[in-house]
Amino acid sequence: MDALLTEWPTITLAFWMTVKLAAVSAIGSLVLGTALTAMRVAPLATLRGAAGTYVTVARNTPLTLVLLFTGLGVGANLGVELSADIATNNFWLATIGLTAYTSAFVCEALRSGINTVPVGQAEAARSLGLGFVKTLALITLPQAFRAVIAPLGSILIALTKNTTIALVVGVSEASVRMREMIETYGDQVLQIFFGFALGFVVLCLPTGLLFGWLSRRLAVAR
Amino acid sequence: MPDQELVVLDQVNKRFGDHHVLRNVNLSVRRGEVVVVIGPSGAGKSTLCRAINRLETIDSGTITVDGVPLPAEGRALARLRAEVGMVFQSFNLFSHRTVLDNVVLGQVHVLNKRRDAAERRARELLDRVGIGAQAAKFPAQLSGGQQQRVAIARALAMDPKVMLFDEPTSALDPEMVNEVLDVMTSLARDGMTMIVVTHEMGFARRAADRVVFMADGEIVEQNGPDDFFGTPATERARSFLAKILTH
Repeated sequence: MDALLTEWPTITLAFWMTVKLAAVSAIGSLVLGTALTAMRVAPLATLRGAAGTYVTVARNTPLTLVLLFTGLGVGANLGVELSADIATNNFWLATIGLTAYTSAFVCEALRSGINTVPVGQAEAARSLGLGFVKTLALITLPQAFRAVIAPLGSILIALTKNTTIALVVGVSEASVRMREMIETYGDQVLQIFFGFALGFVVLCLPTGLLFGWLSRRLAVAR
Repeated sequence: MPDQELVVLDQVNKRFGDHHVLRNVNLSVRRGEVVVVIGPSGAGKSTLCRAINRLETIDSGTITVDGVPLPAEGRALARLRAEVGMVFQSFNLFSHRTVLDNVVLGQVHVLNKRRDAAERRARELLDRVGIGAQAAKFPAQLSGGQQQRVAIARALAMDPKVMLFDEPTSALDPEMVNEVLDVMTSLARDGMTMIVVTHEMGFARRAADRVVFMADGEIVEQNGPDDFFGTPATERARSFLAKILTH
């Protein structure tokens, strides 16, 4: 237990990085995932095709590869610099990778949510004179979101745990700190493992409970 | 006077695969006229109704509303739909919005009215259809008859030139049919142009200016309600009426 207690400040700092990665990527994936969903139901075949291809590629590529691509490919090789500070730069590269990957899952969840909305809802909207974008924004998507809150919660939990892969881009989040501590405190490996595992439980468990509650609370009565 | 013709269908054809649902349909509806479309199931009545605001596309022929041919897509089509009120069999109220919001939404987002003006108009219309007290509820909390009356108010809020009713009472419990028909009858009396697909023969007799009888995708016969129900001209109409009026 000594190691966990003495390193408490650095551990909380590392978990804070985990939270920041998850939160920023979650917002990014929600925005990009919604845009992709809109494209997938758009009346233009090109948009549907583009979004479909993107989702297929992103969903079937291992996250490690996606993050190595953003870190080494986009960052190092193409020399894209998002910040002069190397740590900040790596943070943004990692969130881009996480967002690119997670938004594909958000898109798939939302699309299945759209399928739960009866066709008549969109027909009624269109017959009032609402165009495609307004029908989607005011009628279809709000109901789709409410139908898939629980799966979105699962995606957020997966995202939180997936932030550990940001270590390949050089972001010092929780799992990096854990590895460093194991090297320093070789006699307390188990305690360190359980300590960090507990940290993730503390982050993820309330997320699951919150989203479960929200999904019951916001369910659309038909 | 040609400008009296509000909705004109000319040689309209529509196929679903091999099934020819609309065959050379010609129909014109004058301003202020109430046309009731009846006929056996699968006659193409609903398709006809839905084609008028292009929820169904047609394969050939033309449909004009107030002199304007139906636009194919985009803003022009949306504008036309705003002028054509539609009431569905399954109500289709927006489930995630309150009753009031259902009636406000189109006014604010299509007609660009201010929210307070839209709400005032919505409450007026909800009172007119007898649902004023339920404005804050969600659709699922209302009975079918109440939901359908809200749907009528929602369509009226757009100040449409014509109202389309696609079997508005077919999904209702029997005791709720009349509350909806009463609202429709009073609309008809106020001079609204209406095209009503229905199985309610009582409503057709009472409120229709003209009854259109369809079978197998064709308009078989059309006449004033007294003449149509009293002395149907075709064998097809006679056998249809015999089946539904004897019990």
